[in-house]
Amino acid sequence: MLYSRATKALAIPLISIIAGFIIGAILMLVFGYDPIQNYQNLLIGSLGDVYSLGETLRNMIPLMLTALGFAVSSKAGFFNIGGPGQYLMGWFGAIVFALNFANLPTWLLITGSLLSGALLGGIWSFIAGFLRAYFGTSEVITTIMLNYIALYFINFAIKNWLASKGSDSSPNIARRASLNTDFLQKITNNSTFNWGFFIAIMTVFVIWVYFNKTRSGFEVRSVGLNEAASRYAGVNVKRTIIIAMLLSGLLAGLGGAIDGMGNFQNISVSNSLPNVGFNGMAVALLAAENPIGIIFAALLFSALQIGGLSISVYSNTPSEIVDIVIASIIFFVGIKYIFEAALAKNWLKRMHKKMDRGADK
Amino acid sequence: MKKKIAAVLVATLMVGTILVGCGSNSTASKGTKHSAALVTDGGGIDDKSFNQSAWEGLEKWGKSQGLKKGINGYNYTQSSDDADFLPNINKLIKAKYATIFGIGYKLDNAISSAAKENPKTNFAIIDSVVKGRKNVASVTFKTEQSSFLAGVAAAETTKTGRVGFVGGIQSDIIKTFEAGFKQGVKAVNPKIKVDVKYAGSFTKADVGQSLATAMYNNNEDVVFHAAGGTGAGVFTAAKNAAKNGKKVWVVGVDQDQKEDGAYKGGNVTLASAVKKVGTAVEDLSKQAAKDKFPGGKTVTYDLKDNGVGIVNDNMSASAWKTVQQYEKKIENGEITVSPK
Repeated sequence: MLYSRATKALAIPLISIIAGFIIGAILMLVFGYDPIQNYQNLLIGSLGDVYSLGETLRNMIPLMLTALGFAVSSKAGFFNIGGPGQYLMGWFGAIVFALNFANLPTWLLITGSLLSGALLGGIWSFIAGFLRAYFGTSEVITTIMLNYIALYFINFAIKNWLASKGSDSSPNIARRASLNTDFLQKITNNSTFNWGFFIAIMTVFVIWVYFNKTRSGFEVRSVGLNEAASRYAGVNVKRTIIIAMLLSGLLAGLGGAIDGMGNFQNISVSNSLPNVGFNGMAVALLAAENPIGIIFAALLFSALQIGGLSISVYSNTPSEIVDIVIASIIFFVGIKYIFEAALAKNWLKRMHKKMDRGADK
Repeated sequence: MKKKIAAVLVATLMVGTILVGCGSNSTASKGTKHSAALVTDGGGIDDKSFNQSAWEGLEKWGKSQGLKKGINGYNYTQSSDDADFLPNINKLIKAKYATIFGIGYKLDNAISSAAKENPKTNFAIIDSVVKGRKNVASVTFKTEQSSFLAGVAAAETTKTGRVGFVGGIQSDIIKTFEAGFKQGVKAVNPKIKVDVKYAGSFTKADVGQSLATAMYNNNEDVVFHAAGGTGAGVFTAAKNAAKNGKKVWVVGVDQDQKEDGAYKGGNVTLASAVKKVGTAVEDLSKQAAKDKFPGGKTVTYDLKDNGVGIVNDNMSASAWKTVQQYEKKIENGEITVSPK
């Protein structure tokens, strides 16, 4: 039983991934592009050499952290769509700290920046969590709205406080505050790979331990499974909701902070909410909200995105085709419930038949 | 578009005949062919504006050299996020494109750092100045001049005495459009009111539409947009107003936007303040191929050298005449348009 559940957990994402690639291939064929060559370029462009590998791993960082954030709230039964806003707040917080306290000793500067980023992301989701816990406000609505508040507030703040007149990005943070060091650049052939990767991986394991080995993590899961039952069992539901939402935003904020300090080195006015916040949700869904699964799902997404950039460099295929592959994978993950339901029905029927036969005998 | 992907290059054009000149920027490694590619700043190469114009310039150059799209020829990569800038540039470097264009000031950081690591590749940045890199050519446009003429056109056309300006993101670059437009309007008639609004984005047609609709409802009958993709919404708003019987106009930007103003029964594009990013890209590619890439320098395009200009789409004869008069005055220095 356990074995079959594990294989089923793995089988559905795998089927979805394969189906996504097949859909992409069919589309390429229909439009006259060569799928084999494109997938080959995609693979080489994402993992084929140290530079590409460095970019792919770097791109995993915010995906993993926003996915973890989404997973934590989702385990508690809440749909935190605020990832993009919390990510932005984290990015903003880290850059502001790094710019304003540039004289601190390096270790303090870096931890301070990371923490203030995470904290700002946490505050952002805490607002939604608090409203949900005490007033029953739908967290879907509040987090969507908070996304826009974050986007426009940060654009305003950059234009008015951070950027020099006329520019629309902040100055770069000190090299010393960056998570991207000369050493890492050297071994990855000038990619943007940075120490944040290790922080993100560690965070994944911390969250895994939190869910599986701590009381608070258990409470979060139990509230997600059945709020009323948890309350009856003595769980402080309000507190748990707030903790789950807070943690969710902390993680997304940390993702933003690391991206800001490791990848961008500054923050600029953005046209729209960062895609990574939404992609994190997709990664979490593909991984069925399992922290360890998130590592692999993030790797896949990241490789598709970074490798996808190569597609149009080496062929005439528009790189949007990769977006279609990604979307199809998520689509198939989404309809997995249909598969599951169909499978379960079949299984039930067979069980009934067996039992009937058993009764006849 | 439909053709084989196998990138077999048969182009035999010899472009390396003139190999004198500033040899600091060595170009294509082997052979005499030159390759060039661009990285977009967020919009696609079909944004009907900035990026498209750049891509068309590159295509034109590539075709004139007998090159093909792809490796060893000309190409583009699209950025869907700011995080894509560096990977895109690096992928092009790795594919050995000899000249790489960053289309838009947002790429200046990325171009600057890539240029530092790859001193043998030519880089160009549009609309921004990257200092201290000998292999980066910075390209700027005196858009205040073309916007001045847009202002003249608007002032000569308005019946209500009110005109509007819709900008993308408030930045130095877009401010030059606003400043030029205001000065142009003022030069014709200082009593005309100019309503300035910013959409905060270059990609939000919906915001452009609601801003422009408000303007037309407010009796502002000519709207100049400097908002890239957001401007598409300005056209939609104008066409809707025109269908409801209002006489309204749009002054387009970057490219001749006459097509965008066409609707059943007429056209709302009054004129277009063009900024020939394509010409710049074409010029620099040519120079790079001749090993005369202006690395480390800032190249400025203005009215005089046709880098910016105004296209008459539906102006009245008298308005067009006035615009041409002002054009001459700017060209011969009688009028100086301030970028601020």
